[in-house]
Amino acid sequence: MTNKEFCGVLVIGAGPGGLAAAKSARESGAESVIVLERNTRPGGILNQCIHDGFGLIRYGKALTGPEYASLALSEALSSGAKILTGHHVTAITPEREVTAYSRSGIRTFCAKSIVLATGCRERTRGAISIPGDRPAGVFTAGVVQELVNVRNIMPGKRVVILGSGDIGLIMARRLTLEGAQVLAAAEILPSPCGLARNVSQCLYEFGIPLYVSTTVTRIIGRKKLEAVELSDVDADLKPIAGTERVIECDCLVLSVGLIPENEIAKSAGVRLNPDNSVRTDEFLQTSVPGIFSCGNSRHVMDLADYVSEQAELAGTNAVRFINGGHMLTWDEEKTNCMKKGFPDKDTITCTVCPNGCQIKYSSGTYSGSKCARGIAFAEQERTSPRRTVTTTIRRKDGVLLPVRTAGTVERGRVIPMVKMIRGMEFCGSEVLDVDGETLKVSAV
Amino acid sequence: MPALDADVIIIGAGAVGCAIARELSRYEASILVLEKECDAAYGTSGRNSAVVHAGFNNKHGSLMAKLCVEGNKGFEALAELLNVPYRKTGKILVAFDEADMQELARIKARGEDNGCTGLRLIDGTELHALAPKLRGIGGMLSENTAIFNPFEYCIALAENALVNGARFVFNSEVTAIRHDDTGFTVTAGENLCRCKVLINAAGLYCDKISAMLGINDYRIYPCRGEYFILDKIAGSFLNIPAYPVPRPGIGGLGVHLTPTIEGNIIIGPSAEYISERDDYASTSEIMAKLFTEALDLLPGLERRQIIGNYCGIRPKQAPPGEGGFRDFVIKNEPAVPGFINLIGIESPGLTASVPIARMAAGLVSENMPLKPKNDFIARRRGRVKFSALTQDEQQRLIAHNPDYGEIICRCQNITKQEIRDAIENPFGARSISSIKYRSWATTGRCNGGYCMTRIVDMLVNEYGLKPEEITYRGKGSEMFSGRVK
Ligand SMILES: Cc1cc2nc3c(=O)[nH]c(=O)nc-3n(C[C@H](O)[C@H](O)[C@H](O)COP(=O)(O)OP(=O)(O)OC[C@H]3O[C@@H](n4cnc5c(N)ncnc54)[C@H](O)[C@@H]3O)c2cc1C
Ligand SMILES: Cc1cc2nc3c(=O)[nH]c(=O)nc-3n(C[C@H](O)[C@H](O)[C@H](O)COP(=O)(O)OP(=O)(O)OC[C@H]3O[C@@H](n4cnc5c(N)ncnc54)[C@H](O)[C@@H]3O)c2cc1C
Ligand code: SF4
Repeated sequence: MTNKEFCGVLVIGAGPGGLAAAKSARESGAESVIVLERNTRPGGILNQCIHDGFGLIRYGKALTGPEYASLALSEALSSGAKILTGHHVTAITPEREVTAYSRSGIRTFCAKSIVLATGCRERTRGAISIPGDRPAGVFTAGVVQELVNVRNIMPGKRVVILGSGDIGLIMARRLTLEGAQVLAAAEILPSPCGLARNVSQCLYEFGIPLYVSTTVTRIIGRKKLEAVELSDVDADLKPIAGTERVIECDCLVLSVGLIPENEIAKSAGVRLNPDNSVRTDEFLQTSVPGIFSCGNSRHVMDLADYVSEQAELAGTNAVRFINGGHMLTWDEEKTNCMKKGFPDKDTITCTVCPNGCQIKYSSGTYSGSKCARGIAFAEQERTSPRRTVTTTIRRKDGVLLPVRTAGTVERGRVIPMVKMIRGMEFCGSEVLDVDGETLKVSAV
Repeated sequence: MPALDADVIIIGAGAVGCAIARELSRYEASILVLEKECDAAYGTSGRNSAVVHAGFNNKHGSLMAKLCVEGNKGFEALAELLNVPYRKTGKILVAFDEADMQELARIKARGEDNGCTGLRLIDGTELHALAPKLRGIGGMLSENTAIFNPFEYCIALAENALVNGARFVFNSEVTAIRHDDTGFTVTAGENLCRCKVLINAAGLYCDKISAMLGINDYRIYPCRGEYFILDKIAGSFLNIPAYPVPRPGIGGLGVHLTPTIEGNIIIGPSAEYISERDDYASTSEIMAKLFTEALDLLPGLERRQIIGNYCGIRPKQAPPGEGGFRDFVIKNEPAVPGFINLIGIESPGLTASVPIARMAAGLVSENMPLKPKNDFIARRRGRVKFSALTQDEQQRLIAHNPDYGEIICRCQNITKQEIRDAIENPFGARSISSIKYRSWATTGRCNGGYCMTRIVDMLVNEYGLKPEEITYRGKGSEMFSGRVK
């Protein structure tokens, strides 16, 4: 048997959730806080989200995923939490004994309380039962994101996206910027499920058609994906015969939903809802006393900022569970308020803060913004829209480093700049000059 | 063209071809297996219900019945010898009314005629003691029916044949065969091969191979069966294969529920005659039907438990309209001396594969002398299944080799060393499916979302493959277009 290691609060997962829980547990007085993370790098899913738009609430600026993650990490580390990467948790008991596998052996931790922050996984082709062949070339959007942004692998050249979740939308833009042709995005519901700003900034701005009330009714290609068949669906989401059309492509990207990752929670007997999210009380405590849950593993959330906030509360309550203090309440209403679905016609979605005000312009005046920053943004957007460029740069050994422009550039320069960066090699300096713009590397 | 010579050439590396190769590798003879796909078990042997049948379903006096009963009796020892996952679960034929019970009594009598043992009619109480969630008023229990891992079975047979000197050439489709007094000349992909005895174990394509030698007596009618794979819920739902009472006329055994050796449940197969033998596509019509039929047997199932689907194709000799099963054909073709045909090896072909192989070896000995080797190695050292070990054993392995401490497939808890073992196995697996067949990675509820990229990373960074060279199932199924930059 392995030796037992004792600790106060044990956090599972070092995404923004786990990192914030660890930090607040320390700040609430926990003596020892350990975070177990199976990956070699903390940061969770944010490491592959190289685009910007994180941190508007928490840090008051638009950060890329890796930038947000490194802030969260340094906060956790300076609070005194201990982060053990390469530790894959396989089981938890109701008595809060945790088994983790690592390259240095199997370890057993006995914790006074536990915070689960294990994130989510993607709904797959298998789960949604798309008819047709089962060739190479069908991926989920998160896998494509990891391949393109982290592993330096291009999944295909002619791409169709099924589902209009945010990751799919983000990847439509990302694949286009890296030279693929994104032929269409299809959504079975009558309106897109992602954020309106992603529909406009990731599809419309690149001329990618979005077909709603449409789904893939057949995957074609015995060995390698050759085409997909799209069909319109009726009000019951059933395909309408006679509306089939075939699009030739070599890559189908599925963005059809996220499922909270709770297999190890189950091993502790934590009660789950039918959608695999965790049943917690208002203190974020699960059905097993002393085990708390937060972030995407509790319930899939849209914004990392809210994940961090919720996780801080879970971390605090995990300490109060040990010390017997009275716990704090999570306000369930506090979720994303950004507009989802189609952007309103002739309306500008403000992206300065997560309110995402829908701002209208008519004869010289703007309406719909909650603050002045929105008016300035809308004016800029109407006359000469600007974007932050986010992409990756190749290091000599093939490793990709996420980069962003320090400020924004005219929208029309995004594609040529990304193309230029594609041909470059990282020279060792964290700040680069590309086409007269300052480019910052967010993780080396 | 490189020339490859052997005493015996076997066409097809399915369960049957691999079992024959292993059987013949007991003798002083050179053996060559030609397979069009990049690995073993890529045909029907990797697309089925994975049940070791007892033999009560087959017509009394048929080869099917005889070889199935024989195969069932020897399977447990064989699985142990080859280190293949196997579990004697038993199986239930579920009766919904008295008419079903009467039919089951007939099936039981036929089974006993065939030589099956362990068949018993059971009442509702016993049925629900065995499988509390099943519907039904009673049924027949077959105690000797078992489940196993067919991929590993095929690969184990092939590996064991390889260790004993048989050669396997993959990616070589047989496209032409010439026969003269000196033997056969076989064109297979890039290779030109010569042999004295030629064995046709080409499964769905057996009639085409036969026709290459001018024997046009056979015709295969492909009959597709679709399946759903459910999450690992066998433990709480159903631990024993459950079948409806077979109805006459359908070309299969009816939609059934089978727990897999890994703890998943599979639903299927349907039975539809199709026009092309490599059309493994699933259809919306059958997918809708399968689940409803499964609910008839096991009402508690939910759609969200589905994690995938697949299809298998039966190489049927019975044309549409005739229905049922025609018996296996296993014989020396008198018109072409030295040519052994195996035709219509549909279910229970996996169960019967070793008895079929013994029979084939007998047929070979009618063409050439077979002298037993004295150094035949019967046992195969299997792979390490890390998750099945005790924690102490695991701890020791990790201390010795840290790759055992790194979990690559989170759904099935498969470690990096197990992926390495799969990649470095005697056949050198490089495609994702071949690695899957040997390690069981990518088969979980995330469909490989977590482990596929990690396996690809190993292939690229530790085994030197370019991303564009990585395939899903061999040439033509390239996964990626290349580097991003
Ligand atoms: C692809 C994607 C794109 C997104 N884009 C945006 C965006 O543009 N803007 C925005 O604000 N939000 C975005 N979000 C939402 C936000 O980033 C996430 O909600 C947030 O990262 C979730 O944080 P988390 O800590 O709950 O989970 P994660 O970041 O997923 O972290 C979970 C961690 O737990 C670890 N773990 C899991 N199981 C185990 C185990 N058994 N043992 C050890 N470790 C384990 C994982 O390895 C992972 O590191 C996006 C989310 C996704 C999935
Ligand atoms: C839906 C379904 C369910 C079944 N369930 C069961 C069960 O539960 N239990 C059981 O015992 N049996 C079952 N069976 C039957 C069993 O799967 C088959 O009988 C068995 O796998 C046949 O093995 P094989 O080696 O003859 O064929 P295959 O596995 O098809 O092997 C033939 C090989 O020949 C190769 N080949 C073909 N043409 C050429 C060529 N020209 N050149 C080179 N190579 C070629 C193919 O690529 C293939 O690999 C089932 C079958 C089906 C379809
Ligand atoms: S206008 Fe609305 S969305 Fe924009 S910054 Fe102001 S409050 Fe935020």
